[in-house]
Amino acid sequence: MALRVQFENNDDIGVFSKLTNNYCLVAIGGSEAFYSVYESELAETIPVVHASIGGCRIIGRLTVGNKNGLLVPSATTDVELQHIRNSVPDCVKIQRVEERLSALGNVIACNDYVALVHPDLDKETEEIIGDVLGVEVFRQTVADNPLVGTYTVLSNQGGMVHPKATIQEQDELSSLLQVPLVAGTCNRGSEVLAAGMVVNDWISFVGMNTTATEISVIESVFKLNQSQPSSVTTKLRAALIEDMS
Amino acid sequence: MEYVDYSLADQQGAEGQASILCCECGVPIAPNPSNMCVVCLRNHVDISAGIPKQATLFFCRNCERYLNPPSEWVQAQLESRELLSLCLKRLKGLKEVKLIDAGFIWTEPHSRRIKLKLTIHGEVMGGTVLQQVFIVEYTVTNQMCDDCHRTEAKDYWKCLVQVRQRCENKKTFYYLEQMILKHKAHENTLGIKPIHGGLDFYYASDNHARKMAEFVGNVLPIKLTHAKRLISQDIHSNICNYKFTYSIEIVPISKDSLVCLSKKLCHQLAGVAPICLVQRVANVIHLIDPLSCQVAEVSSTVFFRSPFEAITNPKQLVEFVVMDIDVVYEKDRKFFPGQGQISHKHALCDVWVVKASELGINDNPVHTKSHLGHLLKVGDYAWGYNLEDANINNENFEKLKNDKIPDVILIKKSYGDRMNRSSQRNWKLKHLNEESTDFDKTKNDYNEFLEDLEEDPEYRKNVNIYRDATKPANETETDAEDLPRITLAEMLEDLNLNIEDDAMGEEVGDEEDM
Repeated sequence: MALRVQFENNDDIGVFSKLTNNYCLVAIGGSEAFYSVYESELAETIPVVHASIGGCRIIGRLTVGNKNGLLVPSATTDVELQHIRNSVPDCVKIQRVEERLSALGNVIACNDYVALVHPDLDKETEEIIGDVLGVEVFRQTVADNPLVGTYTVLSNQGGMVHPKATIQEQDELSSLLQVPLVAGTCNRGSEVLAAGMVVNDWISFVGMNTTATEISVIESVFKLNQSQPSSVTTKLRAALIEDMS
Repeated sequence: MEYVDYSLADQQGAEGQASILCCECGVPIAPNPSNMCVVCLRNHVDISAGIPKQATLFFCRNCERYLNPPSEWVQAQLESRELLSLCLKRLKGLKEVKLIDAGFIWTEPHSRRIKLKLTIHGEVMGGTVLQQVFIVEYTVTNQMCDDCHRTEAKDYWKCLVQVRQRCENKKTFYYLEQMILKHKAHENTLGIKPIHGGLDFYYASDNHARKMAEFVGNVLPIKLTHAKRLISQDIHSNICNYKFTYSIEIVPISKDSLVCLSKKLCHQLAGVAPICLVQRVANVIHLIDPLSCQVAEVSSTVFFRSPFEAITNPKQLVEFVVMDIDVVYEKDRKFFPGQGQISHKHALCDVWVVKASELGINDNPVHTKSHLGHLLKVGDYAWGYNLEDANINNENFEKLKNDKIPDVILIKKSYGDRMNRSSQRNWKLKHLNEESTDFDKTKNDYNEFLEDLEEDPEYRKNVNIYRDATKPANETETDAEDLPRITLAEMLEDLNLNIEDDAMGEEVGDEEDM
């Protein structure tokens, strides 16, 4: 299921929120309309944490995380760090990273198993990513752009890449990630995917401007709508055939 | 037979680019900056939005010109380049987009609609260039232009140049007309009107009128007075609307008249005799004393400081027959110190004449001196004034002693029958227009003017003479008669654009014959 949200009349909700399978961060100071969408969908299963990083609200771009952990940049204050630590489940490891490329969300894209990182990222950071997030790390570019975190959105079910990524590149990334990939857009043709949407294994939030076509692409590649007619029929048919045979 | 999906191959591009779905309609497309298919993009943004699809053109029905704002009126044919540029100028938003092509769509000429098909390129959504073709319709509305408006209101002239000559014959005007034609000085006139005693030239601007006045001042001795009349005034903006008038008075002296100079003026002109013959009126008055061949030039300033009048007119000319002639040689002439220039083109002679009407009746030839010694022979006819019988009312003339006044003054040689001469004339002059210089009862003046041109090469130097195609170019028989004539080299060929098709055909036929 994909839901359209807006943060203070801004469609770039990926900038102001971070969604993983275990927790969700949202920027502080937003409107209740924004929070209520997240909370109504997520509050039953995972915590929705109101947070800031170094006093900034652009938490989606500054942090990177999955169900195993969360990396925050060095600008994060102790209070903020403590607040997040207190709010997320105990199993989530939180680590501050001394990294020159401090917008971690822009330079790292990850799901629960694999991370694609900016080619210029520090060796130490790469190690920390591997340890804290529990992922395999690959230095990659997407459509000749090193900001893999900006132009790639990943979940354990699938991934979406910059629309200019070639088929060859998609095949290569797909084999690294072991999930199906598709080139696509959000927010009515915007190619900065990570800014326009956040996604985990069962839900996705997209900018208000996203069209029905884009939502259908997103839902199908991230397998968010398991009750899709096609999947229903195929599964049912398989079950029926199994029964009959 | 194989089925090849060309469309997919096209969309994936040369370097194996993935196709994405158009974010609006879901059609697979190659990624572009807006990530939309062309159709959706076109629905989404209209690059011609800032350009009006309808506009108005103003057209003056009288002069058939279009208004080029703010105030220029230009002549433009339908579907012409001028009209296209005019139409494009009327469109406001064309600066924001790139105009690729523009052309007319045919409309009925009387529909008063002009349709323009425009092709524009515009950049949308971060670098996608869209091309769009659309039609702009212009409505042609009538508006009378300022010039026509003034013409309609009979209020179109601002300046008037009045040329006047208060004298009996109009030769000077014919000369002026030719000068104007030669120098195209009449180009900017709005109209030329003959008025009793002269011509009126109307102008729209003061500059043109002043130019005309200066031109006349350069070719003739004149007096210029300038006046203006206040038509309207706006005291707030300090704008006044005037009508200007230049009044030009040409000296009332014409060629072949006799003048009588005051004693003072004679002295000023290096002792020329008081009774002088007007040889020519160009930009100065050329005088010659027929009794001594002394010449003098009187400029307009000198003339108007001490004006003099003609004592006889060419109308009073009488024909004489030369009975005997004797050229006076240089050594026999009397000179005095301080004497002015003597003409060497003329030969002074003693001549004995009898009136042509009294030839054979009167055996007493009258003796006089003449400057025509180089032209006259015994038995020739000559035109002259019979001062003995003339009734002359002139202040200066009355002061002269009787023995200083010759009985007869010969003016020019007579070349026989006027009619004969004019019929043999194989050249013509142009005119400003028919009515403007058609001074009544002056046909004779005009003939005399033409004869003067034939006789005086100096005089015709400033005149454009055209060959008269209706007359034969060369007549050998008349050469014997020794008539003064204008050589073919001095004539111009008239430009004639109205060659009929038949004439062309004939010419071609002629060539074949040859």
